[in-house]
Amino acid sequence: MASVCFYFQVHQPYRLGRYSVFDSHRNYFDEYKNAQICRKVANKCYLPANRLILKLIERFKGKFKVSYSVTGVLLDQLEAYAPEVLSTFHALAQTGCVEFLSETYYHSLSFLYSRGEFTEQVQMHQRRIEELFGQKPKVFRNTELIYSNDVSYAVKEMGFEGTICEGADHLLGYRSPNYVYRPPGVDGIKLLLKNYRLSDDIAFRFSNRDWAEWPLTAPKFAQWVSDVNGNGYTVNLFMDYETLGEHQWEDTGIFNFLEHLPEEVLRHPDNDFKTPSEVIDSYEAVGEMDVPHMISWADTERDLSAWLGNAMQSNALYELYRLEQQVKSTGDSQIISDWRKLQTSDHFYYMCTKWFADGDVHKYFNPYDSPYDSYINFMNVLDNLRLRCKAANKTVSPRMDKVSYSNHP
Amino acid sequence: MKILMLGWEFPPFISGGLGTACYGLTRAMSQCGTEITFVLPKPVSSEYTSHVKLASLKPGQAGIDYYKLAGFENVTFRTIASGISPYQRPGEYEEMLRRIREQTQAISTLPAMESIGMGQGGDHYGSNLFDEVQRYARLAALVAQQEEFDIVHAHDWMTYPAGITVSALTGKPLVIHVHSTEFDRSGEHVNQRVYDIERQGIHAATQVIAVSYLTRQIIINRYGAPPEKVSVVYNAIDRNGKALDPARAAIQKDEKIVLFLGRITMQKGPEYFLAAAKKVLEVMDNVKFVMAGSGDMIRRTIELAAEMGIGHKVLFTGFLRGGDVDKIFRMADLFVMPSVSEPFGLVPLEALRNDVPVIISKQSGVAEILTHALKVDFWDVSEMANKIIAVLRHPPLQATLREHGNFEVRKLSWSDSAQQCLDIYNSLLAPV
Repeated sequence: MASVCFYFQVHQPYRLGRYSVFDSHRNYFDEYKNAQICRKVANKCYLPANRLILKLIERFKGKFKVSYSVTGVLLDQLEAYAPEVLSTFHALAQTGCVEFLSETYYHSLSFLYSRGEFTEQVQMHQRRIEELFGQKPKVFRNTELIYSNDVSYAVKEMGFEGTICEGADHLLGYRSPNYVYRPPGVDGIKLLLKNYRLSDDIAFRFSNRDWAEWPLTAPKFAQWVSDVNGNGYTVNLFMDYETLGEHQWEDTGIFNFLEHLPEEVLRHPDNDFKTPSEVIDSYEAVGEMDVPHMISWADTERDLSAWLGNAMQSNALYELYRLEQQVKSTGDSQIISDWRKLQTSDHFYYMCTKWFADGDVHKYFNPYDSPYDSYINFMNVLDNLRLRCKAANKTVSPRMDKVSYSNHP
Repeated sequence: MKILMLGWEFPPFISGGLGTACYGLTRAMSQCGTEITFVLPKPVSSEYTSHVKLASLKPGQAGIDYYKLAGFENVTFRTIASGISPYQRPGEYEEMLRRIREQTQAISTLPAMESIGMGQGGDHYGSNLFDEVQRYARLAALVAQQEEFDIVHAHDWMTYPAGITVSALTGKPLVIHVHSTEFDRSGEHVNQRVYDIERQGIHAATQVIAVSYLTRQIIINRYGAPPEKVSVVYNAIDRNGKALDPARAAIQKDEKIVLFLGRITMQKGPEYFLAAAKKVLEVMDNVKFVMAGSGDMIRRTIELAAEMGIGHKVLFTGFLRGGDVDKIFRMADLFVMPSVSEPFGLVPLEALRNDVPVIISKQSGVAEILTHALKVDFWDVSEMANKIIAVLRHPPLQATLREHGNFEVRKLSWSDSAQQCLDIYNSLLAPV
């Protein structure tokens, strides 16, 4: 049996506007730009892709299935800027062939800095998904597939049955990502590993003319999937949803590829499509997958260095989470919401200096001229937020100046 | 291959980037095994003559001497007694000439002075800068006739007429190296005669070398050079062999220091530095602004600082050399180059080599090759202040800039620039 399990990550951050040390207003986020990007991506990717997938689900009468993880910050933006996308997601949810996963509402790195905040954000996201799509997520996906055993332990406590994780070579060794695993020492939660080779064939290499397999056609890809039969249960294709139409433009033929993929995959009698929950229900874990250190799906290093690779990034994150008590004690929903939007991992990704000089994929997604500019901007905003907390806490309780940071690592 | 290089001053008498660039490039070419005859003007001024470590090879004729210099095995130096010097403006030349005449009046009877053409108080010098540039060209042509070479390479406008003359006399290809243009030095108030000489040089040249794409664009747009004729060879910096300075951490000071280092002229944007300083001081108090350098705007700049009410926070050091430059870099937390127009800009590289983070104007050539530097538009003083404050306030920012920046300048070397020049020479000499 070879089950194709699609999971698409759907996310857009609230990008910050230019904020100088001389500014003191509270409109940190660039509403115009965020709306513009949201609408652009909606038209190029979310709408055509949702419509296509809906069409395929109807055409194959329930045999084609996919799953999504849509971040809370994107849901909020879609509601404001492109509500028609939400209705297509809603229509997808109604088919019964689409599963929604859960993650931190703000696409944050809170798991690394504040477990309390992490739990709150996951619960917020779960509630939102249930409200919008009428299903309670059972599978968890942490920001950028940042994962260690502790993630599984933590989310199992919250009632999740599965976690999504990168199928990193250095952890798998000779083993295959095409099986279901479990974290060491616990039952009741399973791990789905990304098959990064086949995923990246679509996500990164699809339009690369230097690639020996270019052009990638649906029959060819279906053949690679069928090859898994006898040596695995599931092919986990995890990627950014923006791959469809935004990273790989429409004229590369990406939609055409997706349109023909189900029939080619289903041509082989042993193949099918499953959602992550169905994979977990259908297959037993074949072994333990021990991940003592943090990994992610980013770059070739598969580590945290894209968000925590230099002194600016760790400083910005540290200063941000150091504010937690002060922020929460204000009880001011606007302050809390601003603070949480600042947690979105993209802000720290923009500060990455790893390949800055070579100008590569990092640059493409970066609204700033340089990582330094993004750090300066972020710290100016944070400074203003800190002042707001101080002012608010003074009026709430004069003793709040003394804040305990004890629950921060 | 032999090159006749029409160049400029050598350390330790460097008044700016032109001399540093000539020095770095020539030394690297010499190390590549290229034979060079380096012709440079030598003003008869005690300040210059007393420190030069040039060894006289053989007595030359009227005002032209031969020298050899350690570290430049393949280079023969020939100096021409001339009053021209880098960055000189026409008015300044006449002022200098007047000074030389006064100085030499007293000693003009000495026979030694007669031999170098200074017998009658500099009478041999042209009466204005343009005459002197022409006189230099004639003397350079004289030198050229005694030398064997394949290519003439002239640096900046005062040597272009010499280059053109030599090339016309010998039929050898002429390479014009543009370190700055009249538009960089004077904004839109160009001196027409200087512009004409530059234009003449650029059009007479077989190939033009610009120090950045910024400069290349000016050469194409404002001098009408055919694009294919203009190549870019970036300047570089050699490693000073020093490790991260432990003494830096040991310096105890209550105040942060923001450094401006360069000639204080219109081109360098000193008034934007002050405007940014004023804004910084509205937010922070424990910071001083040091302006190191001299130039025709120094008085105006000192007055301006006082008028702005920040005179007590801005220190002027005058022109610094050698050890003093190292010392000021050791003290600085940040170097700012707010140039209005900077064809290249070597000082930021020097700052980074000394582990000082830099803010550079986007209107500079060096911005094309530096990624680990903060960049601002020179006129955007609010943004400049914003960035200055950020660097002073956030040690992680300073650390990241310093670490990556130092690493980045290590990748630059004069031998790469020299190799690019050699490639250009070869392409000119290749049979068509």
